[in-house]
Amino acid sequence: MMNIQEVNPVAQSLLHTVAGYEGAFEGAYNIRQDSGCAGRRSTENIRIQSKPDGKPGLEIHVAPGTRGEKVFIPAVVTHGDVSDVAYNDFYIGAGAKVTIVAGCGVHTADNGESRHDGIHRFYLASGSEVIYEEKHIGTGEGAGLRRINPVTECFLEEDASLTMETSQLGGVSYTDRKTTANLKARAKLIVRERLLTQGDEEAKTYFDVVLEGEDAGCDLVSRSVAKGKSRQSFVSRIVGEARCHGHSACDAILADDAVVTAAPQLDALNPDAALIHEAAIGKIAGEQILKLRTLGLTEEEAEARIVAGFLK
Amino acid sequence: MIRLEHVSWTLPDGGDIIKDLSLTIPKGKLTVVTGPNGGGKTTLAKLIAGLVKPSAGRIYLDGQDITDLDVTQRARLGISFGFQTPVRFKGFTVQDLLETAAGSPLDFDTLCDLTGKVGLCTMDYVDRAVDASLSGGEIKRVEIASVLARGTKVSIFDEPEAGIDMWSFKGLVDVFNELKREKRTLVIISHQQRLIDVADEIIVLSSGQVRDQGPKDEVLPGLLAGEIAGYCPVGRRERL
Repeated sequence: MMNIQEVNPVAQSLLHTVAGYEGAFEGAYNIRQDSGCAGRRSTENIRIQSKPDGKPGLEIHVAPGTRGEKVFIPAVVTHGDVSDVAYNDFYIGAGAKVTIVAGCGVHTADNGESRHDGIHRFYLASGSEVIYEEKHIGTGEGAGLRRINPVTECFLEEDASLTMETSQLGGVSYTDRKTTANLKARAKLIVRERLLTQGDEEAKTYFDVVLEGEDAGCDLVSRSVAKGKSRQSFVSRIVGEARCHGHSACDAILADDAVVTAAPQLDALNPDAALIHEAAIGKIAGEQILKLRTLGLTEEEAEARIVAGFLK
Repeated sequence: MIRLEHVSWTLPDGGDIIKDLSLTIPKGKLTVVTGPNGGGKTTLAKLIAGLVKPSAGRIYLDGQDITDLDVTQRARLGISFGFQTPVRFKGFTVQDLLETAAGSPLDFDTLCDLTGKVGLCTMDYVDRAVDASLSGGEIKRVEIASVLARGTKVSIFDEPEAGIDMWSFKGLVDVFNELKREKRTLVIISHQQRLIDVADEIIVLSSGQVRDQGPKDEVLPGLLAGEIAGYCPVGRRERL
């Protein structure tokens, strides 16, 4: 029998920020709070169950042909001295079309570390389409570190499509994001990553995508803003094993004494693989600030508006 | 009314772009500033909007000395500036930019009106990013719309016709005629005769100085005769 906790006030606030929680979720959901469960519901087409192998985490099964449903699987850590690990496996049936909302918030009000490591595996059957939304935030005045380390492994069968919209909204002391994907024929992977680091925060992001099938395609776009003394590194590798299209882009705005490194790698193992990488790192262009000042904004307002737009 | 008194602007390497320039731009009129390339037209526009500060002289708006006011302060006093080369933003949509310009959220009808004036269909463009995906002509129209969205008493346009195809030109002229009817003060930097044709006042700037200024009917005949005939602009040839 599953032990259901109450959603505590810190969790409510975090859930609102990362998953739009207003006291309830519509559709299937599981709320993970401090390594426990604060609510779960399956629907006719989406079954959520604890992992049968005893590991912490869930199995989420979406029935073939499911259309337009949402599943929420947010995870929150609401105090220090919690190191949470969750293994969530998603099985998306053929032809299903669903949105998965998987935000994560970590909070500490003391010196204890608040940490969540989410290991997600996505198995997309042929012709399925998934939109995956993931927001991360760290909150609380405590000196304890706030860590989020997501590992995402994606397996896309023929004609499957996965769109990942991920963002780190700030306050996360350390993050190490690893995303790997394997795409069969005509499968598509779209990634839109947004990262904000400030103070002494550090963010590492790593992509490894293998375009295995004919006409598979991926488009990885990472936009980040690094402020204060924060450090970011972006590493991507796209392997084209067949006729395919791959594009990756890393755009970073630097402020203060922040450091950003970008290391793209493209492996074209087939003469018909078309792979592109773009990277641009630099301060906010002076002319952008000037344009917004001609519209009546102060320099500070202009910078804030540019950063907000860039990370939107 | 905008008044410049003995204004100079010098490049960091010492080259004079504007030299002891004094002129008055009438209130509620459309003034076209024209003249040869390198004559100081864009610098004049930037001096009025505050993008560059004069090395000497004073600038007045409706009698108020604005010389020491920065770009933001001048914008808030009611001066708008349309860039010759519009700035691109990653992550800004057309709607974001127009709402930033207007200083408040805009409803669909207002957005439609603003984009329609510059020949863009709102449905196609409000969600478009103001980045490299827009063509030169498209972003120029968005730039003009951002000035219109502010609805200020003074609007300065630096070569608004650049990048606008000839089929859309009439729409652009209509926009300026409408602003004229609203008695806004307009300063348009242009070489385009069709824009010069709608001017109330023409200022001919050459080598950083006023070569001629007056009502269109008085200035235009001499401008065409002198400027188009020779290889050298008249102001420069006269100095030889």
